[in-house]
Amino acid sequence: MESTYAQLAWIVPLAPLIAFLILLAVGRQLNRYSAHIGFIASLVSFIFSILILIERLGEETNYTWNDWDWLSVGGLSLQMGFEITNLNALMLVIVTGVSMLVNLYSAGYMKNDDRIHVFFSYVALFTFSMLGLVISENILELYIFWELVGVCSFLLVGFWYFKPEAKAAAKKAFIVTRIGDVGLFIAILLLFWYMPGHQLSFSAIHNALSEGAISSGIVTLIAILIFVGAIGKSGQFPLHTWLPDAMEGPTPISALIHAATMVAAGVYLVAVTYPVFEASATALTVVAIVGAFTALFAATIGIAQNDIKRVLAYSTVSQLGYMMLALGIGAQVAGIFHLFTHAFFKALLFLAAGSVIHMVHKQNINEMGGLGKRMKITAWTFGIGALALSGIFPLAGFWSKDAILAVAYDENPLYFAVGLIAAFFTAFYMARVFFLVFAGKPRTPYEGQEPKESPAVMTIPLILLAIMAVVAGFVFTPFNPWLGEWLGGAAEEHVNWTVMILSNVVGLLGIGLGYLMYKKGSIARDAVSSRVPALYNLVHNKYYIDELYQLIVVVPLKALGDLLSLFDRYVVDGVVKLAAGSALYVGRLGSRLQNGQLQGYGLVSLVGILLLMVLLVGRRFFHVG
Amino acid sequence: MDNILPSYLILGAILFCIGLYGALAKKNAIIVLLSVELMLNACNLNFIAFAKYGPVPSLNGQIFSLFNIAVAAAEAAVGVAILIALFRQKGTSDVVDMDSMRH
Repeated sequence: MESTYAQLAWIVPLAPLIAFLILLAVGRQLNRYSAHIGFIASLVSFIFSILILIERLGEETNYTWNDWDWLSVGGLSLQMGFEITNLNALMLVIVTGVSMLVNLYSAGYMKNDDRIHVFFSYVALFTFSMLGLVISENILELYIFWELVGVCSFLLVGFWYFKPEAKAAAKKAFIVTRIGDVGLFIAILLLFWYMPGHQLSFSAIHNALSEGAISSGIVTLIAILIFVGAIGKSGQFPLHTWLPDAMEGPTPISALIHAATMVAAGVYLVAVTYPVFEASATALTVVAIVGAFTALFAATIGIAQNDIKRVLAYSTVSQLGYMMLALGIGAQVAGIFHLFTHAFFKALLFLAAGSVIHMVHKQNINEMGGLGKRMKITAWTFGIGALALSGIFPLAGFWSKDAILAVAYDENPLYFAVGLIAAFFTAFYMARVFFLVFAGKPRTPYEGQEPKESPAVMTIPLILLAIMAVVAGFVFTPFNPWLGEWLGGAAEEHVNWTVMILSNVVGLLGIGLGYLMYKKGSIARDAVSSRVPALYNLVHNKYYIDELYQLIVVVPLKALGDLLSLFDRYVVDGVVKLAAGSALYVGRLGSRLQNGQLQGYGLVSLVGILLLMVLLVGRRFFHVG
Repeated sequence: MDNILPSYLILGAILFCIGLYGALAKKNAIIVLLSVELMLNACNLNFIAFAKYGPVPSLNGQIFSLFNIAVAAAEAAVGVAILIALFRQKGTSDVVDMDSMRH
């Protein structure tokens, strides 16, 4: 079949858009049935994405449609359209799959919320934006959808806007990612300026860069600026601060946006503009260093957090660091593969955490405990997700992490060491969360109803995601590198037993330490934090980065803002008031003449007559004209 | 004196200015009427001076000044009548209080 489904790829983002419009119009009347609209739309998109993917399995060339002349100025025209490549098709399946499961799950999680129709409309808008981003044909179109995705994140994080923390978190998310977006936009401008023919489509960029049409200094600059955009959206250091705060939003959208899709947009951006990065070794090094650093940095913060969602948020930041590291060391396939598996097990972890929060109404892991007996499905699926994240054979996370670490081992031992240490911490904090939440006895009593298993509408997505977390890894193993060939015609993978065994050992060590500290109690919980409280405080307070930003960015900007507002109030408004005031003053002066005093009138007439006389007689002496 | 015309004219001008000042600056309405009379009389002086000592001496100036006196008298009568009516209304003959011809 000749791209029949790829031609219809525009249906994939259209279905959620229609759902959004329907929910916007009649959402309030539909109320709880909004969930059905949302789910049906995402199901339609998912089915089409699967069809496109199956069709793509046999295809070689990409399908592009860019016949829509969006903007024609002078001799220049900007096209809009869509493109289906193997990478896109994979991303489509990821986004629509997770979106469908989140829609299903939210039907249960958000059941008692008054604004459930608003929630589903925002989720539909987000799905539309993300899908549009993924099938964008040129980088400007991607930027439009990039911004839309940021807006949806803002709307959804601040969904419970009556909570001041949620409002602040939404603003923070939007503003911090905006800083990254400026970098991306400057990169787009530079590309527009330097590309032959001012072309911005990805295929044109690929061609121009393989021919070397742009000078290397500019290419490096463009690549780094694109990466700045990715840093903002994917929460890499130093723009990572918004992601943990974004946990103020409802848990299903933490799963959708901040685990599986939106934060993956940064990784996708680097992958789709990879020719730019390949042309500049400096940029690749920057990407790898930032990724590796973030992976370790966030993992160390994760071990000292007490809110279950915050642990998962820092875990997401850390795993995104792994993906960036992979892209930076040239393992593009490994990075995308890790994105693929991470989407499933991170969404699984978030949804399972949401299931716990939904039943227990608490988020502090120190107050939980003993939920394993009461919530079996949640506990099992969370466990599978945690093992996958820790990279234990033969789950999906093991294969993807191994792919990255194997290339890192060959490239630079430092990256490999950082990756390994971060893997240890990852396993440790996941074990910590698991044992504190599900094992042992309840630490504080659960008031209200006894926690029991969540309804089927919430556990079915958990089970489906758990299955994916187990099997998704087998598409790209060193013994069977199918994904590599399909995505990028990558070379064969040689089997590196050292790396495989080491990563497993490190993961098991982390889990073992967690077990000893939190389940068995052989090592005291505060073994380190009591001896070196400064270290514990440092990681618990996230290395005080937020306070640092407050000091060096927020306070000066606010001071500048106050100064400018004073200027606005006294100078700008002063000029306006001056204009109004002088008109009033002249008017008031004039009205003094109209006071009914005859003698005043007489004086005015006298002055007029004198003036007339002078002018008439003066004509003789002054000779005008 | 050879040319006596300017003296008469100057006297007329001075009297006119005094009358003008009184018409514009005095508080009492009767004084204002008095000043108006003074202004008219100053004009009469002007007419007479030009009639006798002007470039074309004739009788026209003197006849016109007789008319002027008559008009002044009539106008004074009307003015006093208005003033009495106003005084009955307002209770004062202060021109500052007569301000109903306003915006």
